[in-house]
This record gives sequence, structure tokens and C-alpha cells, in this order.
Amino acid sequence: MAAIKPKISVEYTGNATIMTFTDERILEERDIQALQESVMSVVEQAEQINLVLDFRNVRFLSSAVLGLLIRVSKKVYERQGKLRLCNIDPKIYEIFRITRLTKVFDICKDLESATSTGGKTAG
Amino acid sequence: MAAESPISCSMVLESKPSAIVGLCNKLLSELQSNCFSQDDIFAVHLAIEEAFINAVRHGNKMDPAKKVKIEYLVGSDKVEISMTDQGDGFDPQGVPDPRVGENLYKPQGRGLFLINSYMDVVTFNERGNRVHIVRFKEKPSLTGSQSQTQA
Repeated sequence: MAAIKPKISVEYTGNATIMTFTDERILEERDIQALQESVMSVVEQAEQINLVLDFRNVRFLSSAVLGLLIRVSKKVYERQGKLRLCNIDPKIYEIFRITRLTKVFDICKDLESATSTGGKTAG
Repeated sequence: MAAESPISCSMVLESKPSAIVGLCNKLLSELQSNCFSQDDIFAVHLAIEEAFINAVRHGNKMDPAKKVKIEYLVGSDKVEISMTDQGDGFDPQGVPDPRVGENLYKPQGRGLFLINSYMDVVTFNERGNRVHIVRFKEKPSLTGSQSQTQA
């Protein structure tokens, strides 16, 4: 596993690129901008990326992070890739649910289901 | 141990997103001391972060000459927070629902919706540059949903 920047790590497996947010809180504008640059860089380097964003460490985020995820998803889909989110804390999942972003993102319960062919929707 | 009397605080912060950190930590610590649940603390944290970003970005438009005044009161049964920016104000009723149509795919526009969703009372002054939010520790039986009205 190689660290791109201090706020996120990336792991390349056989069929997926797994990026794991390492901070417990994602709030600071500059951090969110740095995260976006890191993720976009990985997306742009791959063709038809199968990207998994792992939230296992995250316990709090602001709506600016939701914006980041939407920008990333647009970039991934433009390039005919796939995006899944996994290991989302129940309180954060509730944010996705009430904003109806559960309809926009493919959210999986854990990393295993996110990296499997079919996936398994959380919630 | 819960405090015997309400805890109040008033501060004036700079118009930069990180300026809320110290006050936020202080308030959340006081909620913890007053036996608010983790759900309450999460909700208040989210609401003040979103409200402050709105005040700084949309209200004061990141103008370093402008400030944001925050007042809060932590009681045994509720927490009240007021946030006033020095901008022109806005009409909260005119903010589109981020869950509808193409808004769902826009990267911005969810802050006010989250504040309304997580707070029990959300009111704005007539000018629209001051928001007052309340979260009750125990939900009053007659309060069925969030409100958003002009004060």
C-alpha cells in the first residue's frame, strides 16, 4: 500500500483500485481539495478504473465531501469506469440517505462486497 | 456531570472556514459534559460546520474584513446557536431542494438542507443573515418535524 498524500492511501488489487481515507474527520477545505486532486489523479491515470473509496476511518464529514464524491463520480463515469463506496459509518450513511445520494452512489457494506463482481448494496 | 445552569458563549470569528474549529470543539465538549447523546453531538457538529461555511462563503463572501458572530446556549434540555454574518442575507425559501432532479447531481447546495434535517428548529431573521438553530436533547412530543420560518 502506497501513500499518495497524508490524507488518503491507495492500493491496487487485481480488479480494483482501493483508496482509503485515513482521517477521522474530513472538514478542512484545503484537505478536501487535496483529496480531490489525489483521487482525480488516480482516476485519470487509469482506463475504465474500478475505483473503491473506503471510508473505514471516517467518522465525520461535511457536505463539501459529498461534492467531492460527485465530482469524482462524474470523472469516473466519463471514462467508463466504476465507482463504489464502502465501510461507511452509520451516522455518515444517514447523511447519504437523507440527501438521497444513496440513489447516486453504489454503496457497499464492506470492502469484500465492494471488490466483488456483483457488489452488495449497504443499508 | 450535567451543569446546573445554562452555559452561554459569544464569539466573533474571522471569515475563514477553519476559524470555527476552536469554538466547535468547545461547544461539543460542553454538550458531552451535559449528557447530550452522540447523535445530538454529531447533529450539532454538522449543523454548525455547514452554517459557518454558508456564513463565510455565501454571506461574507470570504471577505477578510467581515466577521461572523456566534452565540450559543447549552441548557439541560437543549442547545441553541445563533450565527450572524455581515453579508446581504438571502431568502432561505428560495434555496432549491438538493434531492430533486438535476440538483441531486450537483456538487453543492446541501448545507442548508442538512441543517434543516438535523436541527429541531431553524429560523432566519428577515434579512437572512442570521440563523438560529436549536436541537433538543429529548424531543418534545408535539414537535413532529423541522421548521424553517422567518423570524
